[in-house]
Amino acid sequence: MDQITLTGQIVQYAITGLTVGSIYALVAIGFNIIYNVTEIINFAQGEFVMLGGLFMVFFSTVLGLPILPAFGLTIGVVVAIGIMMERFAIFPAKDASVLTTIIITIACSILLKGAAMYGWGKDPFALPPFTDCKPFLVLGAALFPQSMWVFGTTLVVVFVLTLFFKRTRFGRAMIASSDNPEAAQLMGIDVKTMVMVSFGLSAAIGAIAGIVITPISLMEYDRGALLGLKGFGAAVLGGLGHFPGAVIAGFVVGLMESFCAGLLSSGYKDAAALLVLLLALFLRPSGLFGSKEVLRMKRF
Amino acid sequence: MCKQRSFVVWAMGFALWMVVAGLLGVFAAPDAQAKEPYKIGAIFSVTGGASFLGEPEKKTAEMIAEWVNAEGGINGHPLELIIYDDETDPTKCNVAMKKLISQDQVPVIIGPSTSGTSMAVVGVAEKDQVPLIPCAAAKKTVLPVEERHWVFKVAGSDIHVSQRIFDHMKSKGISKVAVMTASDAFGASGREELLAFAPQYGIEIVADERYGPKDTDLTAQLTKIKGTAAQAVVNWSIGPTQVLAVKNWRALGMDNLPLYQSHGFGSRKNIELCGKDAEGVLCPLARVNIGRLLADDHAQKKVIMKYTEAYEKKYNEPISSFGGHAWDAMYIAVKALETVGPDRTKIRGFVENLTGFVGQHGVFKFSAVDHNGLSKDDLEMVVVKNGDWAIAR
Repeated sequence: MDQITLTGQIVQYAITGLTVGSIYALVAIGFNIIYNVTEIINFAQGEFVMLGGLFMVFFSTVLGLPILPAFGLTIGVVVAIGIMMERFAIFPAKDASVLTTIIITIACSILLKGAAMYGWGKDPFALPPFTDCKPFLVLGAALFPQSMWVFGTTLVVVFVLTLFFKRTRFGRAMIASSDNPEAAQLMGIDVKTMVMVSFGLSAAIGAIAGIVITPISLMEYDRGALLGLKGFGAAVLGGLGHFPGAVIAGFVVGLMESFCAGLLSSGYKDAAALLVLLLALFLRPSGLFGSKEVLRMKRF
Repeated sequence: MCKQRSFVVWAMGFALWMVVAGLLGVFAAPDAQAKEPYKIGAIFSVTGGASFLGEPEKKTAEMIAEWVNAEGGINGHPLELIIYDDETDPTKCNVAMKKLISQDQVPVIIGPSTSGTSMAVVGVAEKDQVPLIPCAAAKKTVLPVEERHWVFKVAGSDIHVSQRIFDHMKSKGISKVAVMTASDAFGASGREELLAFAPQYGIEIVADERYGPKDTDLTAQLTKIKGTAAQAVVNWSIGPTQVLAVKNWRALGMDNLPLYQSHGFGSRKNIELCGKDAEGVLCPLARVNIGRLLADDHAQKKVIMKYTEAYEKKYNEPISSFGGHAWDAMYIAVKALETVGPDRTKIRGFVENLTGFVGQHGVFKFSAVDHNGLSKDDLEMVVVKNGDWAIAR
């Protein structure tokens, strides 16, 4: 086969960057949902991604279920884990400071990672792609069908979430309880339930990210931490709590990584992504899309 | 009165028991305890991060100790194998080493399992003058040889692997090569050797890509390689990235650039994870992994098949190349005890002059300047064919 042209290479880097970036975006959205309702950064977010991937492997490969039921069951189980985490670890510490609660989430992430290592062992697991066909060629670059699944899923999740928070009563109640928990309580909103739902919702989105990425990247018990870190970077870059910001920042981090690996040196890939994050925060501490006024009102 | 009598009965009973026990001891002594046991000390990472190394090593060493004792021990001396678990912790490894030397007073020590734990104890072996046979791969455990008088290693080295890969490339007329390595200790060591040996083989490295050991995608690196004049790709990593390399390489349609993996790829699990994509992937492996593929007249065939069959039967799991290291270390120690007895200095001298020892990882030829005794010829280039290994031509 001929050597790939420069255009082809650039298209390939863009495809790779957008695929990886989609996952960062989904993780960042997960951070934002919980942050919006509770002002907590949930450091177990990456673990939800890992659990999503591994439970999908369990349901579809080990139990042999078709994709859709396995998909549903996986999300159900991970949501249950997210809600349990809120009920048994976060809720009992409701009077503690935000920082203490954040440290509790770190403990949960270690616990979940350890449990996954115990349950699945240390080996990575693979999933077959959702649709089994050859990669398409776009200007000499290969576009894998699974990348389209990842990309499409992210867009659908963002669209549905935006509708949920903007248009439904329940979603608006969640936003309200983050803006001012006491006022929301007085208006008859059950803030405790909202916090629980936010953990469940974040867990669901983490699980979706894990399910769609596993056919591309495999999944093993300790993958969560790094995905969580990159996703956190994206969430901060986009402005904590800002959904479209998280998506765009996720893509920016993914593209930076892949172009740096391709055009400069792959050794500096992680550094490049973090450098963008640092620069952005020096110039705009509230993130690309966050507003300073909102930032000042937050406790963390 | 009554109490006193019962005391007398007890005392007499006790005395009688002592006499009987003593007599039994006198008569029993000559056969069971004919000769004092010969000790071999072992330190493996049975738990902790490197348990995948230590676990099969421990099982293998125990199996061999059972065999030796079942056959009447070493020259009539029963073999006592003392195994400590260092939990993959260099500090605990160091403590275990000192315990074996001063408390258990063993004449020879096999293990530790990892490069990190081994480096923590080579100094102790030198200082206390105890022969040590690590199962780890790092060349620093036996180099420089003037400072490693008492240390011998049984695992091959990255030098041999990179030489074997370049040998095979040369035989296929490949001269421009792209290298991609993980940025962990395993990948970094491989990269160092590949870059160091390429000029000697007249091979030009046209791309030198690195990636994180937890990366989720390698298409960017492979796309860059696709844009160079490379005729082949070498990937050097362990864990999921070596599977990703295969999947991405296949998905980008790079079949015309043969993909070489390091010896880290040598587990059937990797072929399973790659599925169909693995067909045609090359990697150099120690022959212990491919006993069933060897020709019947191959020097190592018999010893590898003996290990493969016995281990699989006893533990109901496939053998690993790591357990093979323990086999080699254990039998070298047993052979030394058999020939020169439990004398630390004599054992060291014996191992240094040991040549032609047929083990799991090759035919060892130790010498005063080579405390490893293996060479690139002890590796076999294999290719994935129909979901299994086959010997590459």
